[in-house]
Amino acid sequence: MREFINRGNKATKTGFGEGVRNAAAVNDKVIGIGADITASVGMNIFSEAFPERFVSLGIAEQNCIAVAAGMALSNKIPVFSTYGVFAAHRACDQIRISVCYNNLHVIIGGAHAGVSVGPDGATHQALEDIAMMRVLPRMTVISPCDATQTMIATEKAILECVGPVYLRFGREPRPDFTDVNQDFVIGKGQILKEGKDICIIATGHEVWESILAAQRLENEGRSVMVVNIHTIKPLDEQLLLEIADRFSTVFTVEEHQIISGLGGAVAEFFSENHPVRVVRIGMNDTFGESGQPEELMHHFKLDADGIYEKIVSSTL
Amino acid sequence: MDTKEKALNIRLSILKMLTKAGSGHTGGSMDLADIFAVLYFKHLNYNIDNQYDEDRDRVVLSIGHTAPVLYATLAEAGFFPKEELLTLRDFGSRLQGHPSKDFNLPGVETSAGSLGQGLSIALGMALAAKMDNKKHRIYCIMGDGELQEGSVWEAAMAAAHHKPDNLCAVVDRNRLQIDGDTENVMSLEPLNAKWKSFGWYVIDIDGHNHNQIDAAFSKAKLIKDKPVLVIANTVMGKGVKSIENNCKWHGKVPDKQQLYSFIEELYKQYCVS
Repeated sequence: MREFINRGNKATKTGFGEGVRNAAAVNDKVIGIGADITASVGMNIFSEAFPERFVSLGIAEQNCIAVAAGMALSNKIPVFSTYGVFAAHRACDQIRISVCYNNLHVIIGGAHAGVSVGPDGATHQALEDIAMMRVLPRMTVISPCDATQTMIATEKAILECVGPVYLRFGREPRPDFTDVNQDFVIGKGQILKEGKDICIIATGHEVWESILAAQRLENEGRSVMVVNIHTIKPLDEQLLLEIADRFSTVFTVEEHQIISGLGGAVAEFFSENHPVRVVRIGMNDTFGESGQPEELMHHFKLDADGIYEKIVSSTL
Repeated sequence: MDTKEKALNIRLSILKMLTKAGSGHTGGSMDLADIFAVLYFKHLNYNIDNQYDEDRDRVVLSIGHTAPVLYATLAEAGFFPKEELLTLRDFGSRLQGHPSKDFNLPGVETSAGSLGQGLSIALGMALAAKMDNKKHRIYCIMGDGELQEGSVWEAAMAAAHHKPDNLCAVVDRNRLQIDGDTENVMSLEPLNAKWKSFGWYVIDIDGHNHNQIDAAFSKAKLIKDKPVLVIANTVMGKGVKSIENNCKWHGKVPDKQQLYSFIEELYKQYCVS
C-alpha cells in the first residue's frame, strides 16, 4: 500500500488563511471580512498581509454576509469567515437571498468543523453546516482534507469558482499529508488508494482517519479503496458511477451529521442512478460535547478505530 | 423637472400594474412614489444606455414587496418600456413579485424580499466605493416595520463605525405594518433618537413634500464622515383616500372598478395641486 506521510500536524484553518493571502496577492479585488474571531479562523494571515483590504464588522454575522453581497455587487471578491455554526445557521437567510439568489461570488469560510473542535463543546462544533449549505441552489461546498489541500482549495475557490462557495475547515492541528503539487480540481474526487474489496469515501479530517483504518484492514488481507471527496457539491458523479460499478457496499465518513452531509449526498446519488448499499459513518443525529479532540473523535467512533469497527461489523 | 408629474405617472403605473397582476402590495408602493420621483428625476446619476456603468449611483430597495414603485419609476425613467409593467408577477416576467437579479430587469441592483438585508448590502456597496475612491452614492430604501429586524441594527452600527458618507438610507415611516400600527405591534419610537445615538446624521421630513425630499437629498450630499438617514414621514397608500392609512391595503390590490375611480381621483388631485 502506498505510504501516506504526515509532514507534521497543521490546522486546516491555517491553510485557509494562507489560501486567502495567496489569492489576495494575485487579485486585488479580494477583500476580507471579519467577525471578531479573526485569528481563530485563520484570517489573521490575510489581515496582517493586507490590512487595508480587511474590514472588521464585529460579532454580527448576518450583516457580514449581506455586506459581502454588497461588495460582490460592486466588483469585489469578498471572503468572510467565522465558525461554521454561525455562518451556516445564523446567517442562513442572508446567504440564501443576498448571496445565492443574487448568484454572487462570495466565499464563506466555515471554521471549527466537527467534534474535533474539542473542549468548547456542542455550540461551537459545526455538524450540520454541509447540510445547510448544500441544499442552497448555486452553492459550491468544499471540505478539504488537510492544511495543504485547504490552502489550494481556498485559492481555487476564490480565483476560479463562480458564484457562492462554502468552504469548511477545522481547528485542531491534524496530519498534513497531501502534496503541495497535487492535482486538485474543485468537483473532482481524488482516489488516494486503489482497492478491490471495500470502498471508503471520506471528507475533511476523516480522510486521514480513513487511511489509517484502511491500513489496518489491509494488514488483515482486505483490499481497500480510499476516495477523498473534497467537493460535496457539485459531487463527482462520474467517479461515483465508477465506484458503484465495482462495489456493492460503500462507506462514507464525515465529521458531520450522517443526515444530508456527504453520506446523504452520496446516498441520494446512488439510489437514483446506480443503487448500492451506502453505510454512513458520522454523527448519528446527536450533538457533540466537551472533551479533548482525540477523545471526542474516539467517543463518536469517528477515529480510525471507529471506522475500522464499523466496516468490519458491516461486512461480516 | 416636474417631479409632481413624475410622481403622478408612477402612481398611475402602480395602480394599473397591480390591478392587472391581481395581487401585490399597494400601500407601501403608493406612498414611496414622491420619494422615488424626486430621487430618480432630480438626484440620481444613472445611465440608461449602460446600466452597469461603474460610476452610477445605486438604489437598494430593501423592502422588496414595494417592487411596483421601483418598476414604475424605472419604466418612467426609460430603463424599459412601460408596456412591460403590465407583466408584473406573470410567469416568465422580468417583473417578479419581489425584485430579482435573476431576470435581468435593467435598473434592479439586487434581489430583495426577505426584510432587513438591504442596508447591509448598501453598506457593502458604499465601503467598496470608498476603497476604490469612487464618487457615486448609495441609496437604501427601507420600511419602518422592517426596522424590527435585528440585522438592520447590525448594519446601522457597522455603518456608523465605518462612516461611509456616500450612504443615504431612507425609512418609509408610514407607521403601519400588516398587523396594524407599528407602535402597537412593536414600537419603533423614538426613531430619530435611536439612529442619532448610533452615530447617523438624521433628517426628518414630510415624505410627500417634494421640496423637503429634494432638500434632504441635497443636504445628505454635504454631510461628511457620517451615513445619513432620512426619516420620511408618509401616509400609507398616499394619493387615494380609501387606501390611505388603511393597513388592509398593505397586500391588497384594486379591482377594475376601483382602478377607474382611483385614477380619476389621482388626476383631480394633481390638477388641484
